[in-house]
Amino acid sequence: MAIFGKLRWISRSFTSLPANPLRICVVGSGPAGFYTAEKILKAHKGVEVDIVDRLPTPFGLVRSGVAPDHPETKIVINQFSRVSQNDRCSFIGNVSVGSSVSLPELRQMYNALLAYGAESDRALGIPGEELGGVYAAREFVWWYNGHPDCRNLAPDLTSTDTAVILGQGNVALDAARILLRPTVELARTDITSHALDALEESSIRKVYLVGRRGPVQAACTAKELREVLGIKDVSIHVKQADLVTTPADEVEMKNNRIRRRVYELISKAASSGPSPPLPGQRELHFVFFRKPDRFLESDDRSGHVAGVHLEETTLEGDDLGKRIAVGTGIFDDISCGLVLKSIGYKSVAIDSLPFDHYKGIVPNVGGRVLSDSTGDLPQYETGLYVCGWLKRGPTGIIATNLYCAEETVASISEDIGKGVLTSNSSKPGREGLLQLLDSRNIRVVQFDDWEKIDAEEKELGNLKNKPREKLATWEELLQVASE
Amino acid sequence: MFISKFSRLGAHAIKDLVKARSITPRTSYVPAIQNSYSQALRHKSFCTTAEKVSEEGSEEKQNVSVTFVDKDGEEKNIKVPFGMSMLEAAHENDIELEGACEGSLACSTCHVIVMDVDYYNKLEDPADEENDMLDLAFGLSETSRLGCQIIAKPEINGIRLALPVATRNFAVDGYKPKPH
Repeated sequence: MAIFGKLRWISRSFTSLPANPLRICVVGSGPAGFYTAEKILKAHKGVEVDIVDRLPTPFGLVRSGVAPDHPETKIVINQFSRVSQNDRCSFIGNVSVGSSVSLPELRQMYNALLAYGAESDRALGIPGEELGGVYAAREFVWWYNGHPDCRNLAPDLTSTDTAVILGQGNVALDAARILLRPTVELARTDITSHALDALEESSIRKVYLVGRRGPVQAACTAKELREVLGIKDVSIHVKQADLVTTPADEVEMKNNRIRRRVYELISKAASSGPSPPLPGQRELHFVFFRKPDRFLESDDRSGHVAGVHLEETTLEGDDLGKRIAVGTGIFDDISCGLVLKSIGYKSVAIDSLPFDHYKGIVPNVGGRVLSDSTGDLPQYETGLYVCGWLKRGPTGIIATNLYCAEETVASISEDIGKGVLTSNSSKPGREGLLQLLDSRNIRVVQFDDWEKIDAEEKELGNLKNKPREKLATWEELLQVASE
Repeated sequence: MFISKFSRLGAHAIKDLVKARSITPRTSYVPAIQNSYSQALRHKSFCTTAEKVSEEGSEEKQNVSVTFVDKDGEEKNIKVPFGMSMLEAAHENDIELEGACEGSLACSTCHVIVMDVDYYNKLEDPADEENDMLDLAFGLSETSRLGCQIIAKPEINGIRLALPVATRNFAVDGYKPKPH
């Protein structure tokens, strides 16, 4: 039954293709994967693109990273869905490159474009990082966004009134906002119900956003900052002393509109000052010039965090480059029962893939993967490309991938033009992949299977006045997909 | 082969219609689709959604002339009815202006550069929300605006909008990598 469906699916894709289409497999169905697929399909009418993802659901961080209260940011899913519906494109979910199929096996079947992002985290490398209650912000975000890998994270939000978030980028602000926003507002979003339930019981009333450097260097952007400063019933706390700027800060702000507007927003928040705290009011504290030295263990609850030991910093460096925070030897503590590390994501290496462990990316030039060779001339891996965070490192917004995709597709187009990529019949493409997966009993999820999940989530959401209620376990997702 | 070509034409035209409709409309939707595909298909029975509006024959000037200049310098002049945003107009005329959030002020992908400062000054000042998004736009200039926020009105007849050239600097925070 399943095989018949697959054969029908394969045959319909060949009605309008040349006899031996060039086949490209995009690994990862987030913005990098989809923008690249869209541009390849547009630029080359004879190419077939398959988009593979290890999850049964597509769209990467648009689904699992963008905060529930930012629905407009998710509208781009409409554009990505249209790409999947192109005759020459197919989404193949529940396939993990590196375990369901190895990279060398995949490359025998397709020319490959890796866009699988950054699913791990930078570590602080300080004592106590393993204590209970210390999480990567990525895990917390995946938890409230219903990523099946973090369904059982179960962060304890009821044994403490304080959370410390290390980092002041937009992800840190998202986490702070989800912890502090009135839950009646969250109840109308697509936040998962297991997270909403936990947040409704939460005893957290104070959140600290801790940055190593000053307000001029804070990595967040104006819209998110404005939003977090405006949360209902939350008082904002910023030390006036932290707002003092140096000439180097002034230069940085002069050259950078984002830094200037962020600084202005923070200083306005500081000068309006918190009114005397009202009962039940929550607090958001911006702490600058502090780097974490170690995590403190609780006396009552062994193995669990009870606080963060912080070292005051000062900035060193010249006007032109990035200035770094250097410890001053002065310490203080913040007591807390929950810590979220929001200091950056990190890509995961897979077998047979050249990887730069220091930068956490695949070495490449313009998206063409560099071989591990030690010769003088750079050598490229034929038929292997990268795009997105795996190529550039984990920074930027959804739109950053537009330009990243343009660059990588330009490299691919050049290679097609030079005859470097061949469309000979020895690359079996989709049939080869599906046969291999079938022999390993891996149940793929096609785009119309995702649409069943989508419909189910919307229906469940409807019952609760939410745009959707996400299916947050592997079992539920695969079950609905195969109905 | 012929049949599949037709089905592709149909799919393309229908995709155009669907694409245009999915943009949050700020005005009454004027289905003035200019491309030849839909003109060919208006006679075909399977295209039932294009409603022929008689505005195309009207003598009253209810639109402005807008020229888009793409990153290769190629120009395209279109007519945009009053009240329509430049983003909607671009999509209706197959101009490659991205609109990831479809006009919700949640992205910067419809960023355009107003080529003449006089026209830039005729536009209403951007709201904080637009400025927040412009912060993140690539190739930001002194006369940059979001295409979804520029609405056609008589004063901007003849406006020229350049699509920004992608820069190599991908950093959102303006970090400039050290030269090497």
